[in-house]
Amino acid sequence: MTQKVTSQTRRKILIGGATVASTPLWLNVAKAQADTIKIGFPTPLTGPFSAEAQDQVKAAELAIKEFNDAGGFNGRKAELLVRDDKLNPGEAATRTLELIEKDKVNYVVGSLSAATQLSINAVCKERKVLFNSISQSDAINEAKDWSVYTFHEALNPTMTAGAVARYSIPRFGKKIVFLTADYAYGHEMVRAFERAGKEMGATTLADIRHPLGASDYSAFLPRIKALNPDILVLCNFGRDLVNSAKQCTDFGLKSSMKIVTPVLLYTSRLAGGPEAFEGIAGGTSYYWGLEDRIPTAKTFNDAFRKMYNGSVPSDYGALGYAGVRSVLASIKIAKSTETMKVVAAMENLKYDWYKGPEYYRKCDHQAVQTVIIVESKSKNMKDKYDVFNILTIEPTTEKNMRSCAELGHKA
Amino acid sequence: MKSFFQLIARHRVLASTIFLAIFPFIMPYEALAINILIFGLFAMGFNLLFGYMGLLSFGHAAFLGIGSYFTGIAIVHYGVPWAAAILIGIVGAALGGLIMGFLAIRTRGIYFSMVTLALGQIVYYIFYKAESFTGGENGLRGVRVDTFTILGIPVDFLNPLVKYYIILFFVVIAIWLISRILNSPLGAVMEAIRENEKRAAACGFDVAKTKLLVFVLSAAICGLAGSLRALHLSIVPIDSLHYLQSGQAVMMSILGGMGTFFGPFIGAAVMLYLEDVVTTFTKHWMAVIGLVFMFFVLFFPKGIWGTILSKLNIQRDSK
Amino acid sequence: MTGLSFELLCMQLLTGIALGSIYALLALGLCLIFGMLNVVNFAHGAFFMVGAFLGVYFLGVTGNFWFSLVLTPLVTGGLGLFTERFLVRPLYGRGIDYPLLLTFGLSYVLIEVMRVTFGIEGLPSVTPAGLGGTINVGIGDFPKYRLFLIAATALIILGVWFFIQKTRYGLIIKAGAADQEIVKVLGIDIAKVWLLVFGLGCAIAGLSGILAAPTRSVNPEMGIPILAESFVVTVVGGMGSPVGAVVAGLLVGVVYSMTSLFFPELAELSIFVLMAVVLLIRPQGLFGKAGAMG
Repeated sequence: MTQKVTSQTRRKILIGGATVASTPLWLNVAKAQADTIKIGFPTPLTGPFSAEAQDQVKAAELAIKEFNDAGGFNGRKAELLVRDDKLNPGEAATRTLELIEKDKVNYVVGSLSAATQLSINAVCKERKVLFNSISQSDAINEAKDWSVYTFHEALNPTMTAGAVARYSIPRFGKKIVFLTADYAYGHEMVRAFERAGKEMGATTLADIRHPLGASDYSAFLPRIKALNPDILVLCNFGRDLVNSAKQCTDFGLKSSMKIVTPVLLYTSRLAGGPEAFEGIAGGTSYYWGLEDRIPTAKTFNDAFRKMYNGSVPSDYGALGYAGVRSVLASIKIAKSTETMKVVAAMENLKYDWYKGPEYYRKCDHQAVQTVIIVESKSKNMKDKYDVFNILTIEPTTEKNMRSCAELGHKA
Repeated sequence: MKSFFQLIARHRVLASTIFLAIFPFIMPYEALAINILIFGLFAMGFNLLFGYMGLLSFGHAAFLGIGSYFTGIAIVHYGVPWAAAILIGIVGAALGGLIMGFLAIRTRGIYFSMVTLALGQIVYYIFYKAESFTGGENGLRGVRVDTFTILGIPVDFLNPLVKYYIILFFVVIAIWLISRILNSPLGAVMEAIRENEKRAAACGFDVAKTKLLVFVLSAAICGLAGSLRALHLSIVPIDSLHYLQSGQAVMMSILGGMGTFFGPFIGAAVMLYLEDVVTTFTKHWMAVIGLVFMFFVLFFPKGIWGTILSKLNIQRDSK
Repeated sequence: MTGLSFELLCMQLLTGIALGSIYALLALGLCLIFGMLNVVNFAHGAFFMVGAFLGVYFLGVTGNFWFSLVLTPLVTGGLGLFTERFLVRPLYGRGIDYPLLLTFGLSYVLIEVMRVTFGIEGLPSVTPAGLGGTINVGIGDFPKYRLFLIAATALIILGVWFFIQKTRYGLIIKAGAADQEIVKVLGIDIAKVWLLVFGLGCAIAGLSGILAAPTRSVNPEMGIPILAESFVVTVVGGMGSPVGAVVAGLLVGVVYSMTSLFFPELAELSIFVLMAVVLLIRPQGLFGKAGAMG
């Protein structure tokens, strides 16, 4: 009977293909840990954000290379294990389980959406693995999802939307209309913008929700025009932003109102083109143009250019770099790869990897950093990378973040 | 060889159980094996309706999702113990099956497929909007199963192998149930309806009621698969409910062999293993899956297991 | 609700008609294929997507929108011919589900092919020169392109109607849909007719794609929700009824648009609810024949 079962499974293995050679067929024996320091990197290599994801991988590989070139830690080199989570929380959870159970990674860095990072966090939290998240989310700071193993390198909507509000309301007016993607992240952006706006006396005329991933916004635009706001805030992300920006332009909205968005991605701007984004301002964590005023930005950009044929890192790409570098730096400071020691080192880390001084707030491990306000440009572009004008940089401060108490953390 | 397969066919539940018991040791990692268990069950539940009754539903993800969410919500928001939560998931899915089935049974053929797809999407949107319960786009997080005891022995659910066997326990019960259904008079009526609906009606069977009953049973089994998935991943992703997830059940059944007992499981195993392998080689796994699927539809419509069985001239699901 | 006025309602209605025009065209293509071949083309959304990509690409390469408008459906139609001849034809007689399943798998492949060819980001879609900007339609400023869209789809639908009703080929198609055997007996190669109809359906899908491209982002996944929406339209209108396809398409577009005005979060759900309601009251659809449900 055993023999027949084997032949049945052998057939499956044949169907499976060549990787059989690299997968253990029999009992999964926990091998003695190899010398390399393994960092799991789940990211959506396929799907709508694959461009940003691949940029994250490239920048993360740069951080790994710099660490290894400098000798590593006690002779141990670092290794990045990249996995495709297909922008799908279920897949992200499975991949994270695979990274932890099969590949025995020491740490996990990654994610490119609110949903996937929360799912990866849930898995890491239970298995006590350090996770440094590199994309936007407000929810991950909250006590409900957070754990001592959770770190958040990226900005959150409170910081970015707040910064955009603080920039635009004094300049353009107080009557606001939101065009919001109807999911948690969209609502977080609205809430954050309103929170900052309230202090300046702004009023919300309407919060118009559109289905996430909607391709046609025409149904919402006549109403927006009729409301005649001072500022239209596009609370959506990526492709949704590209679509809505384009259609707002088509419907001639720009002539009567200022359009802003809490998160203006470099890749979105490239995808949408100069016309659609002309005049639109937004927040971001990083723009390569910072190199004129921040020395570490220049160092980072130059290293990236050298490794990748002259191209520049995007905002999310830079987060990939910082996310990995913070973990590796903390290992060196802690003089150990043991998780809790690295956590302690990271909590006390003061760093400046690419955009100026940063540190992690103790109660929620949120990276406290600047927010850059940029505006898209369509004229006077020096080259294909020169797509934004930097309008202002909001300084590093905890004042613009939600307080620890507000997030549910015990003091 | 042939007598071996006949032996399996006669004791299919036992054979399945033995095979699945050693399964985690031939898979590269347990999480994949558990996924195959769960989706194998999902495909089997779906196959009750598709392979054995000939009704192609594109909305079955709704039941996977309802099972997951009900179980998850029970645990996260109401602190219900996990075993009771699984029951809640199954009951919820069955209810969903009753409502959806009632609406869909009124149509036949292609309409049925399209209607179930659209009804499934309605369920998707409802769960999406109920953000305070389901977490909306972010999914439901925090579905924990703390260490519990069986007969005084502590069981650590986080241990992958332990988790596998606990989930296997439920899957085996479900498989046994399916086998009983298929062997019962109901099973015979199901196949009669698939072969010729008018004749079955002429023989005096209540076709509509049978269809609805099987729809509900199928939904309940898919709901169980969903419940187990929630416990496995500790999260419930919203796209469990999307029609592309329903499409996966269809593909697994076809790949494995619809209308055969063990086929859907084989289909699930092949598809998930293939996806896992292909993803490490290339980003274009979607094209590979699509091509493989088309290949099977064109040349091996009986699926892997179905083709094997027919080559050996084994009667499908003999008593 | 602030700002609600007669003008706003009219604008919203007009927007709905523009949206519905695309739905109507898509449903018409689906309907032709189903009416003639009894095949549900699960790759219809994918052909729509391919049409959008090709349209933008040809426009970028040639700079001429009208030329792209003619070339794109020819290419997608050709792709449809290939699909019918080599992928769908072997499945006739095997049961109504098989071509459906095959086209489902095909959609996966098409999506990936487009990703490989044009990149995962998609292409930035550009409103063709001369059709950009808004124009005052009495009740307000409405985008010129969407007016063009309404006019263009109306013309195409009329053209298809004329073809089916008034030409010899259309007669053969209608006869074939009604009774295949008789057509064969009369000496006409029914296989060729099937081939052409499938190609025509896919050409129409591609045409919808290029027409819709300037109104939305062109990316490989754009056809996935479109498929579900096309099915809603077909169920509402009645499978196999071209009139139903057009009317239902416009209806769905308007329902979506008006719901967006009053209950924006429910906009997407509303069309599925419409479908459920039609199913309960009149399961064969608004224009479908009673009892002709597959």
